[in-house]
Amino acid sequence: MYRILQTLLITLCLLVSAHVTGLRAADDLSALVNALGTAKLSELDDRIEALAKSGDPRVIPVLEALGEGNLYARKTDGSVYLATEKGGSFVLVDPVDGAQAGEVPKGELQKIKVNNSVRRAVRSALGGLTLFSTDAGARLKAAQSMRQTPNADALEAIDKALATEKDGAVRKSLDEARAVTLLISDRSDDDKRAAIKTLAESGGREALGVLTSALSSADASLKPDIEAALQRIEQAQVFWNAGQNVWYGLSLGSVLLLAAIGLAITFGVMGIINMAHGEMVMLGAYTTFLVQDVIRTSYPELFDWSLTIALPLAFLVTGIIGLAIERSVIRFLYGRPLETLLATWGISLILQQAVRSIFGPTNREVGNPSWMAGAFELGGLTITWNRLWIIVFALAVFAALLFLLKRTSMGLRMRAVTQNRRMASSMGIRTPLVDALTFALGSGIAGMAGVALSQIDNVSPNLGQGYIIDSFMVVVFGGVGNLWGTLVGAFSLGILNKFLEPYAGAVLGKILVLVLIILFIQKKPRGLFALKGRAVEA
Amino acid sequence: MITSFLLRSLDRSIVTVVAILLGLAVAIPALNLLTAPDHPLHVPTYLVSLFGKYLTYALLALALDLVWGFCGILSLGHAAFFALGGYAMGMYLMRQIGARGSYGNPMLPDFMVFLNWKELPWFWQGFDMFWFAALMVVLVPGLLAFVFGWFAFRSRVNGVYLSIITQAMTYALLLAFFRNDMGFGGNNGLTDFKDILGFNIQAPGTRAALFAASAVTLALCLVLTTAIVRSKYGKVLVAVRDAESRTRFLGYRVEHIKLFAFTVSAMMAGIAGALYVPQVGIINPGEFEPGNSIEVVIWTAVGGRGTLIGPIVGAILVNGGKSIFTAAFPEFWLFALGGLFVFVTLFLPKGVVGTVSAYLARRKAHRRAADAENARDNLVAEPMAAE
Repeated sequence: MYRILQTLLITLCLLVSAHVTGLRAADDLSALVNALGTAKLSELDDRIEALAKSGDPRVIPVLEALGEGNLYARKTDGSVYLATEKGGSFVLVDPVDGAQAGEVPKGELQKIKVNNSVRRAVRSALGGLTLFSTDAGARLKAAQSMRQTPNADALEAIDKALATEKDGAVRKSLDEARAVTLLISDRSDDDKRAAIKTLAESGGREALGVLTSALSSADASLKPDIEAALQRIEQAQVFWNAGQNVWYGLSLGSVLLLAAIGLAITFGVMGIINMAHGEMVMLGAYTTFLVQDVIRTSYPELFDWSLTIALPLAFLVTGIIGLAIERSVIRFLYGRPLETLLATWGISLILQQAVRSIFGPTNREVGNPSWMAGAFELGGLTITWNRLWIIVFALAVFAALLFLLKRTSMGLRMRAVTQNRRMASSMGIRTPLVDALTFALGSGIAGMAGVALSQIDNVSPNLGQGYIIDSFMVVVFGGVGNLWGTLVGAFSLGILNKFLEPYAGAVLGKILVLVLIILFIQKKPRGLFALKGRAVEA
Repeated sequence: MITSFLLRSLDRSIVTVVAILLGLAVAIPALNLLTAPDHPLHVPTYLVSLFGKYLTYALLALALDLVWGFCGILSLGHAAFFALGGYAMGMYLMRQIGARGSYGNPMLPDFMVFLNWKELPWFWQGFDMFWFAALMVVLVPGLLAFVFGWFAFRSRVNGVYLSIITQAMTYALLLAFFRNDMGFGGNNGLTDFKDILGFNIQAPGTRAALFAASAVTLALCLVLTTAIVRSKYGKVLVAVRDAESRTRFLGYRVEHIKLFAFTVSAMMAGIAGALYVPQVGIINPGEFEPGNSIEVVIWTAVGGRGTLIGPIVGAILVNGGKSIFTAAFPEFWLFALGGLFVFVTLFLPKGVVGTVSAYLARRKAHRRAADAENARDNLVAEPMAAE
């Protein structure tokens, strides 16, 4: 009974005070501000609090000026001004409405002295006040800081801010701040229960921490509630962890897809074991490095465009190198896949050593453009922009390639040559040209993958080596000669890997995946999506 | 006629190679141990070990040639069998250190003391006995190859696919052996060996003996593989290589034939690894690198696949070249090796030995034909002998 009465009373008081403050805004504000001028140092804290309680956004510049020591009181009437020094005199500005208030000689003003305790009061008052700032970003920041360092006195300010807040994100943050603050305040248990519920809904590690610390000091009647909330949050965490694993898996899958998709063309479509594929990826990454190097020294303002510029360049560079390799070596080895393997391995050694001789054996720095840096939160997930872009990019490359193969005359020729070389040839398709272009295409795509991978991996001569076995696994697992298989293979291997990792550790997880693939190939020797028909036996 | 002629010449060449190997097994240790260090013919101890290393590589290449040259299985995981054999030998050598390690623990190798292990893991039991270790050198790679091959050949994983999954196998082993928890010394592998069979492993005498053992083992394995490929079974093996489906339709169990060759080959690779480790003094997970296995393939290809002598020649040529090159122009070794890969596949598909013996055979056949012609011209009246 007593508690209910108390609650009622407090609510009533709040309502009244809010109402009253609303009514007598401007004049009272001036009075409150002027009160600062006459206050002794020990009284300042109370006056600041009074100002802060007004909840008026115009208080903010006043308090900021006070904190910085720019607030002066006129000796004659004790009224308070913002003053800036100009020659031997001060230019006065009315702190409340910002109007010019003339110039006075130095002697007429006295600075309102502040010490550390006052500054602290100013800061905390400002924290509460920025809740009423017109800038939503500032309000959000204020709410978040109040959540991290809750202060029971700020509860009223939060309540007031909540009453007027319209921005969804700020409201949510405020709600959480209120709940955290409530828990340490002396409000009723019912209020606290509601707060616990709010926290349980918001979830996250922080709420878990707040509730855990609240559990030790809480009343016995509240404990079951807190425990239930903790359990709920932990369950939610399990869910979000799974979500995070899926996300990491998708991210890894997109990297695998990028690395493997060029191989899906050269190996899958043409049947060439291109061991130099990884080096094409590496060359693409080095192209990015070169582009960024030129941009840094000559056109720094273009830095955000560096990847956009590097993409077509990398495609061209690696495409041309691929073309050269096909014309000079691989075309003599068609129909002898194992020999191609050896020859391209040799080429990969040469390319690696060439890059090592030119650029040195150490890692080269490739920067992230601003639109790829940073991260954002999605529920309980942290999603970094570069990973997101790489997923988008991988899917875009995949779609483009699929379009090229299935919807263009070039793609038709490629497929025709793959399926029946002699028949295609007798239909007038120039098979050697198609071979060369297909290989160049596969290499070019590897180069573009290199541009993307330069953003998340070390750019060194060994970059490609790390991807070659994984890419082969993806292509073989997905089914040779089938782009969709590569897509499914890449993402399922990525996700499988990330789900095994927490239980088995990164290395053992990878080993398990390899063993699973080896076993899988025993079961389905031609991969998930096997080509059917005579082409298989070729 | 020509085939039998070729075979006879190969016979002669195999005998020659075996004789050379046995000769080396005596000569190099003798030149090392019996001549004074300033004698012009003296072979320093480090060279003995280096040559011994080449011979173990040659044995590895020979093992690969049995499956690749005669059965068409391009294994990109042979270095894994080599390394497993090496690890088995390394474990024996580790146990021989006894209490002489840095931590002086009589039961546990140093790295286990370092990792705070209290007792020897079960898979280390028995490795203090040489016979057991020697058995494991053969059994472990053999068993892995048997299980792996049994699955792979039964489900008809062929050609390129088989190459890729053998590569995945060695890659998985590489990752596994890098882990400290595996109990094989993790990153650092096994090293700091002291004794083998009670002899100091650093002593010139032991080195020379190890060299001789490598040479003799290589000679024995050469004879064994020759016997295998000359037998009836060897004929079927080649048939599998050249027309697998047809052989299967003729009623042969292709998977069994392949499995036998694969397992024998893995055992030979294991022996090579076991001889390699005491001569270089260390075994670490780096031996499982997929790149190493591919390098073995190039030794075989350079020498000539399917010739048995070729891989021995190739392994010694390439590794000798590597030793010289990496000392003289370290920058260019990878260029040279890479170029070798391309050059051999493009221009020397039969390898050095294959090309030379084909040339010799052609010349002899030519001469025979010329002789026959001359004979016919001279003895017009006489009836022709049946060819």
